[in-house]
Amino acid sequence: MSQEAIKERSMILQKEMVEGLFNDLANAKELGKKVCYTFVPGNLSELIRTFDLLPVYPEINALQSAMRKKSAGYIKEAEKNAHSEDVCTYVKCDVGMLMKGNIGPTGQKIPEPDILLLSYTGCFTFMKWFETLKREYPNAKVIMIHTPYQENAKMTPQMIEYMVKQFKEEVIPQMEAVSGIKYDENKLKKILEYSKEAEDWITKIFDTTKHRPSPIDAYFAGVYYIGPINIGFRGTPEAVEYYKELYNEIQERIKLGLGPITPEGEMKEEKYRLVVEGPPNWTNFREFWKIFYDMGAVIVASSYTKVGGVYDLGWRHDPSRPLETLSEYCMNCYTNLNIPQRISLLTKCIEDYQADGYITNSIKSCNSFSAGQLAMMREIEDKLEVPVGFIESDLVDPRYFSYSNIKNRLESYFQMLAQRKTMEKTEA
Amino acid sequence: MNNLAEIIAACKDLAFDLDFKRAKQWKEEKANRVVVGYLPIYFPREVIHAVGGLPVAIFGGGDRKQIIKGDAYYQSYICHIPRSVIELVLDKHTAHFDGYIFPSICDVIRNLSGIFKQQNIGKFVKYMDFPQNFLPQVGGVFLQQEMQHVVDYITEISGEKLTTEKLNHSISLYNTNRRLIEFIYDIREKYPWRLSIEDVYHIIRAGTVIPVEEHNEILEKVCAFIDQEIGKPQDKIKVVISGAFCEQPAIGLIRAIEEAGCYVVDDDYQLGSRMIIGDIDDKTDNPLEALSNAYIKQSQYSSSIYDISNPKEYRLAKIVEKRKADGVIFASASFCDPSLLDAPIFQNAFDRMGIRYIAFQYSENINQFKVIKEQVGAFSDSIKLWEDEPMTVND
Ligand code: SF4
Ligand code: SF4
Repeated sequence: MSQEAIKERSMILQKEMVEGLFNDLANAKELGKKVCYTFVPGNLSELIRTFDLLPVYPEINALQSAMRKKSAGYIKEAEKNAHSEDVCTYVKCDVGMLMKGNIGPTGQKIPEPDILLLSYTGCFTFMKWFETLKREYPNAKVIMIHTPYQENAKMTPQMIEYMVKQFKEEVIPQMEAVSGIKYDENKLKKILEYSKEAEDWITKIFDTTKHRPSPIDAYFAGVYYIGPINIGFRGTPEAVEYYKELYNEIQERIKLGLGPITPEGEMKEEKYRLVVEGPPNWTNFREFWKIFYDMGAVIVASSYTKVGGVYDLGWRHDPSRPLETLSEYCMNCYTNLNIPQRISLLTKCIEDYQADGYITNSIKSCNSFSAGQLAMMREIEDKLEVPVGFIESDLVDPRYFSYSNIKNRLESYFQMLAQRKTMEKTEA
Repeated sequence: MNNLAEIIAACKDLAFDLDFKRAKQWKEEKANRVVVGYLPIYFPREVIHAVGGLPVAIFGGGDRKQIIKGDAYYQSYICHIPRSVIELVLDKHTAHFDGYIFPSICDVIRNLSGIFKQQNIGKFVKYMDFPQNFLPQVGGVFLQQEMQHVVDYITEISGEKLTTEKLNHSISLYNTNRRLIEFIYDIREKYPWRLSIEDVYHIIRAGTVIPVEEHNEILEKVCAFIDQEIGKPQDKIKVVISGAFCEQPAIGLIRAIEEAGCYVVDDDYQLGSRMIIGDIDDKTDNPLEALSNAYIKQSQYSSSIYDISNPKEYRLAKIVEKRKADGVIFASASFCDPSLLDAPIFQNAFDRMGIRYIAFQYSENINQFKVIKEQVGAFSDSIKLWEDEPMTVND
């Protein structure tokens, strides 16, 4: 089979999964399915699946709207309606989309939620977001699960107990009531088996960047790879198959000594290996990526691909303790880690994947990521003496993506990396 | 401090003493005393008091502290208070503080706690995760565990153990404190000319940096003064301020609102001191549970508390009704997520309910308010010209 054909198979699998979900959503009523809106960090896919609910991820709709150049209009619509210029643009994009008829990325209408599953993990805005949506969808049931923050870099038994009690006393009974389906722990356990397997595969996939050249880009392509595991397919045999397939394709690339695939074909020369902190910009995603691959820069690890779960350090869903494991999963998402934990995770990435540099893409409207990034960057610079770079953009508001600014900054940064490499060679 | 002017002058000094000198002096008076700084909005100060600690609120540097180092920590699109807090700490204004508490109100405060941890500032740093689950046996128990962590940190330094008796006593002192503060607001509801909002602000904020016993004495005196007719009524509308619960507006702005024609009859500037509505049980066998029950059942509405079962827009509307206010001023710190994300919820509801409002943003370090003053003045004038029916609140 040619490389092209192998590459296509994993993409086809992903496409099929996503299209299937959106088709089901468009026909939710006919299918007799209830709809559950929820967030990527702390997404309780396995529980949603246990109750046969169809998931909707407003963040994913927002980023898809941005990639399809629709977010600016949606944001404008929300701002006309008292939403501030200075808050999370995902929220405004979502609210604007709702005001314009809630037509989703595939052009089909997204059904109204029966449940707003407020998995309150790692971001304060989530709570405000669903408080806002509740006012728009008065018939939806908001189900809150409060995830304690890892303030001491630990998940203590008390924190787990608090979450398990919430599952038992509120979340599960409320999900039963809305779905009309009884909680079936054995079903959940089976789903969790697949989750664990998918997590093993995705960890192996992101670990392949240890190779030189790195066969994948763990940020720009990474955002596609995390799709199935984050948007409701974790816990399915399809996700496991997708990740197995993807892993095999990557192994093939390693064998052939190939670098990552970019929108303009294969990256020819790997000049710089970078770790990136912060979400990407979605409105100008391709242009943004191009600046990197044109310079021969490949991202070998990124914090953004860990927002829906951190698996690098060995944590996996454990089917033998279903509710405890769901609790740990939520607590262990990247933005629920404290600042010292984030620093040590990124440090490990820089070391393990032999990165030449560390870049922060600071998102104007995301305090969950952005507040503290400058201190983190300085700490990493001091600790590892690695060149650090800093750029600013936004998630889905095109007004805050300044191509020339970002390009200039990155070019200076790459020059610095080049000089450093030359110096290192000379010293050697 | 025998007349009102003297009391107010003393409170003014205390409220904006960025060296927290009273806390320093208090600590030096006796061995093993512990000073604990806490960030907005609310922390149950009773638990610190009960184990020999002095809770001291840190509201940032306002317009009185030049930011040099703090800007290197925060991007321009993050509110101002974390950079001024960092500046205060790095410049050793809080060198006598033993520990710091960061209540869970937003991601900025949360991540600031991580910076404190990373830099080993203080003997302890506690991110205080307030529950968003309001079942006493679930969220309530979790809150008690969180309070216990704080107690453990302090006990380790002071050696003083928590007892039921001590905590009940602390609760009763803070009950008095809350009652006296509410008395001031009740007086202002009817006779707002007796004490300006600027003075109220100084008096209440002073209480966040001194022992509660001393603050209660001050409040008793103030209440006695304003229980009699003083001052002269002016032709001003009555407003409620909402949204200014964390980063504080400069005192000039607080004054400017009243000067522009608005008596502020309720506000959330110092929400932490007024978070619990009514008394907390101070005669119980389990005072930690009493404190957590109070948080769960008697909290004021707040942008940091999940509100689905008790929507904030109706709660604010009820305050407007109770205080017989003519309108609301939404004042948000620039880039303040909790406040700004709530704005559409309030404003859409108030449009439906017919409650008049204006909204603006401020930053703690900005003390030019010409535009805001004009906006507030126009608001006041327009209300004076209207002759609407009194407002009613229907859920
Ligand atoms: S603030 Fe950041 S983490 Fe939170 S919803 Fe917005 S983009 Fe996501
Ligand atoms: S001003 Fe608002 S955003 Fe800033 S720390 Fe306070 S609550 Fe958080």
